[in-house]
Amino acid sequence: MSDIALSAAMTLARSRHRRLLWLGVAVLVLAGAGVLSVSLGTRDVDWRDIVAGATGTTDTLARAVVAVRVPRTVMAALAGAALGLAGAVMQGVTRNPLADPGILGVNAGAAMAVVIGMAWFGMATLTGYIWAAIAGAALTAAFVYAIGSVGRGGATPLKLALAGTATMVATSSFTTAIILPRNDIAGGVQAWQVGGVGGASFDVIAPCLPFLAVGAALSLMSARSLNLLALGDDAAAALGARVAWARAGAALGAVLLCGAATAACGPLIFVGLVVPHLCRLLVGADYRWLLPFSALLGAALLIGTDVLARLLARPSELDVGIVTAFVGAPVFIWIVRQRRVREL
Amino acid sequence: MPMQPLTVETLSAGYGQAAILRGLNLTVPTGRITAIVGANACGKSTLLRCMSRLLKPEQGQVLLDGRAIHRTPPRELARRLGLLPQTPLAPGGITVADLVSHGRHPHKGLLARWSAEDDRAVARALTATRTDTLADRDLDALSGGQRQRVWIAMALAQETDVLLLDEPTTYLDINHQIEVLDLLVDLNRDRQTTIVMVLHDLNLAARYADTLVAMKNGAIHAAGPPQEVLTEATVEQAFGLPCRIIPDPTSGKPMVLPLGRHNTTESSAA
Repeated sequence: MSDIALSAAMTLARSRHRRLLWLGVAVLVLAGAGVLSVSLGTRDVDWRDIVAGATGTTDTLARAVVAVRVPRTVMAALAGAALGLAGAVMQGVTRNPLADPGILGVNAGAAMAVVIGMAWFGMATLTGYIWAAIAGAALTAAFVYAIGSVGRGGATPLKLALAGTATMVATSSFTTAIILPRNDIAGGVQAWQVGGVGGASFDVIAPCLPFLAVGAALSLMSARSLNLLALGDDAAAALGARVAWARAGAALGAVLLCGAATAACGPLIFVGLVVPHLCRLLVGADYRWLLPFSALLGAALLIGTDVLARLLARPSELDVGIVTAFVGAPVFIWIVRQRRVREL
Repeated sequence: MPMQPLTVETLSAGYGQAAILRGLNLTVPTGRITAIVGANACGKSTLLRCMSRLLKPEQGQVLLDGRAIHRTPPRELARRLGLLPQTPLAPGGITVADLVSHGRHPHKGLLARWSAEDDRAVARALTATRTDTLADRDLDALSGGQRQRVWIAMALAQETDVLLLDEPTTYLDINHQIEVLDLLVDLNRDRQTTIVMVLHDLNLAARYADTLVAMKNGAIHAAGPPQEVLTEATVEQAFGLPCRIIPDPTSGKPMVLPLGRHNTTESSAA
């Protein structure tokens, strides 16, 4: 008896050690991406300039470049972490391997709300964008879930992905229709809409922080509920979960994360899809590990693609949103083909 | 385990407009095995869902220890009463040990850490279901029978006084059906767990249950020991199936031989 208790405990401990190892690797990858992001770009800088620039000195061009790249890197890290975490939560809440803030149309809905705010209500502050984006994200999430649940079998992966994609296309078209006749805001909106972290400064980052913090806290607190929801609603309820409340709390966390990230960087897609699947391969299906991992690797991925975006089009640079789409699309196809698209 | 039995009082329930259960009363004998049988759509699963708090009754109530389960906090109820749904979902890439450890959820507070007692409970559940050798295997890699034993292990790790099972033998080969039912009897004898299960197979229900509950049209048609419930008249009324009942030569319990329109020497109209 005690032998078996020991061996079961060892099984659980073994997977724990493996996960801790990967945690170390993920932190290193994130740190490496951060260093690359500050040093590489249209103009490369060496480490002395990085140290000086990071401490606020801008007396040489290289150091000034660093002073610009640091907030940009922080923004990419925060947005990437937010989207990776939100993607993992959405996959758990909907038990849908294709769930992603982009594919479910949540980011496009947030973007539409921001553009409506800019065009019709003369909204011009980031805090205004954030509230609009969160409202847009929440409404779109509820709408897509409602549409996807109609009919037999409830919200199946395929129906949700279809409802989300249709909604994304519709809201994006509507957004374009709002912008087209408005030359006065078109330029600013366009750069924002593609998705970029290029113009980030700490003035942009600061107002997002409270929303990201609350969203992250709600999401991480849902980890155990998401583990239970993964067994099906009946089994989750039998184990003592309050299914509807658990879903609503986790979804609210994801919506806050998506809204704040979209308000700051525009609608980025695929980060929330790719990252949780990669993390599942590394640490398994346990959301207590999956959620923090998705945040870490989401941050690393978005920093990495931002570096790529700067290097690909030297001496100019691409917006990171374009590169995430290019990186994400093949992975999306791979998921659909490789894994049976089933409920998580 | 001094407690009042699980009791269903004038229960009416259904989905939307369609009432499936109508004023149903039932007392589940404590520490025994009860099997619910009946034709498709007679309300068996609905009754089990009400008894496990998954479905809210329109009228009436379900009492455990004299307390209405729909007014008991879910986590507290989950420490007393467990349920294995008919088709629980297995998250991809989960190991047996990880899945079984989910059964400890109702015993842990919001911030409580995994304890040695949790380890022992998981180990007891793995041993009882003979899945201890599978502990670090991936659930996806197991056979149907093994997988069902793992699900039962998860419900056992919950360590409840009452365990409800919705068709625990569905989709299993006959050898695995017997294995699962034998396991439930072990559990009942070793831990005095009260077991209530919905079963399709009348002969297995008669052999393994202490009490049979036959349902028809959302009400209880007959309830009692298998010898009293499983009569030719009851089966004909509850299932619309003419049959002969003979004593099961291996257990002495009643055994149903259905009379169809073909391949029997007596006609079904007899």
